[in-house]
Amino acid sequence: MWIFSSPKVVFGDDALEYLENLRGQRAFFVTDANMVAFGFVDQVQQRLAAAGLESAVFAEVEPNPSLQTVRRAAEIMAAYEPDWVIGLGGGSAMDAAKAAWLLYERPDADPTAINPMEEYGLRQKARLIAIPTTSGTGSEATWATVLTDTELQMKLSMGTPELLPDLAIVDSSLVLGLPPRITADTGMDVLTHAIEAYTSTLANDFSDGMALKAAELALTYLPAAYADGADAEARGRMHNAAAIAGIAFGNSMLGLSHAMGHSLGAVFHVPHGRSVGLFLPYVIEFTANGGGTRYADIAHFLRLPAGDDEAAGAAALVAALRDLAQQIDFACSIQALGIARDAFEQALPKLVANAEADNQLFFNARFADSDDLARLFMCAYEGRPVDW
Amino acid sequence: MAIPFLSDEWAAAFKDALNNSAAYKAAAETWEGDFYFIAELANGEQRTLYLDLWHGDCREAYVVADPASKSPEFEVSGKIPAWKKVIEKKVDPIQGLITRQLKLKGNMAKVLKSVKAAQELVNSATTVPTEFPS
Repeated sequence: MWIFSSPKVVFGDDALEYLENLRGQRAFFVTDANMVAFGFVDQVQQRLAAAGLESAVFAEVEPNPSLQTVRRAAEIMAAYEPDWVIGLGGGSAMDAAKAAWLLYERPDADPTAINPMEEYGLRQKARLIAIPTTSGTGSEATWATVLTDTELQMKLSMGTPELLPDLAIVDSSLVLGLPPRITADTGMDVLTHAIEAYTSTLANDFSDGMALKAAELALTYLPAAYADGADAEARGRMHNAAAIAGIAFGNSMLGLSHAMGHSLGAVFHVPHGRSVGLFLPYVIEFTANGGGTRYADIAHFLRLPAGDDEAAGAAALVAALRDLAQQIDFACSIQALGIARDAFEQALPKLVANAEADNQLFFNARFADSDDLARLFMCAYEGRPVDW
Repeated sequence: MAIPFLSDEWAAAFKDALNNSAAYKAAAETWEGDFYFIAELANGEQRTLYLDLWHGDCREAYVVADPASKSPEFEVSGKIPAWKKVIEKKVDPIQGLITRQLKLKGNMAKVLKSVKAAQELVNSATTVPTEFPS
């Protein structure tokens, strides 16, 4: 038995207008200060006002949102008593909105232990809308939330199917003009989601098509979106790709790139997409070296010169990723991120321990033990191929 | 030769499997906590296994006649077909838990920080040749 789930997705460059049909009394935004400064909050509020909804704004979400921020948002939310919660922004804002909404509904819940085994009984007070303003995390289409425990220097990758947004507004006008660096990082996140969703041990017939389509869109349109932030076609396709990849991995989980990426991000404060995208080629090599995978399928779908076997498919995929990285000035090693060797080697035990505690580790087609992880981190630091 | 699931003999074999597993020992070196594994049989009866897990070792494993006699920190329960699928590695344990075929009660924050130990616990169970009740 497995379960496929997806929010209602409204997409296109005028998708925000859909909010004018919303029914309710009060909406509560969980977002960050930039979304206010860029006028995005105002744009959404105008649509809500047209629907007769009042709204209030919590705009204090930081990158890699902390448990403290989530608790504060939940307290303010509880005082406002909204019937809609809106996560507006990148993955941080949407993830914080999910967790704050859960605490609003269930103040007794432990935000460090959000899990799919418990019945939370959400939607007694409010429902959730996710509006992404980057094309990356796919959080608008998943039941996952990633929070940071600042004391433990650890990302908590958690979720429950009840956290799946009711509505995802995938409006590409919100991502026009995103800076190239953010475009590259978030775009590599999409590609990593797509490839790991397809090769996860929980990949299934319902998620496979989503994963392949998202990979195709990202590989095709990311260079154009990076080169010209105003390219509406490329932006729109990347925005769709992010949500489609979210639906894919939300129904099949991810893999080792995410376990390692979360770890590196928490210790060295590397943006999520930059971190997971950096590890992806190394993880493909490691997983392919272990035998049967599904990389040849992906390579064929992407029309890469893949031959007929898994090894050739994996090699073609890695080559395509390296080529893409060059086109979008994406770092291919940890060293290239400017992290000093001393600091890296000192942090290596912590990096391995964090990755081992990350639940995405267990969905990778080839299991990595502590020794494998340490060696993989070193390969990724030095930019060396994975040869075992 | 296959051993009846959640019998005394199975409990002893599982205990040996855990204590002989270097992978479990490493993954669970900080784990302190005991479990009930509860199997719901087709005839409505239950079989309950008690496991005392401590820093990578299984200190005790035995079948409990009266589940009220102990209060372990965690309980994993499910019908026989669900246990069978997990132990035969046809279903990932996390998949079993997400779809509620298996139910887990206890401190979830503690479990979520020890997923590798949980995975190795199941891996050890898969090494015990098991006969499931029909």
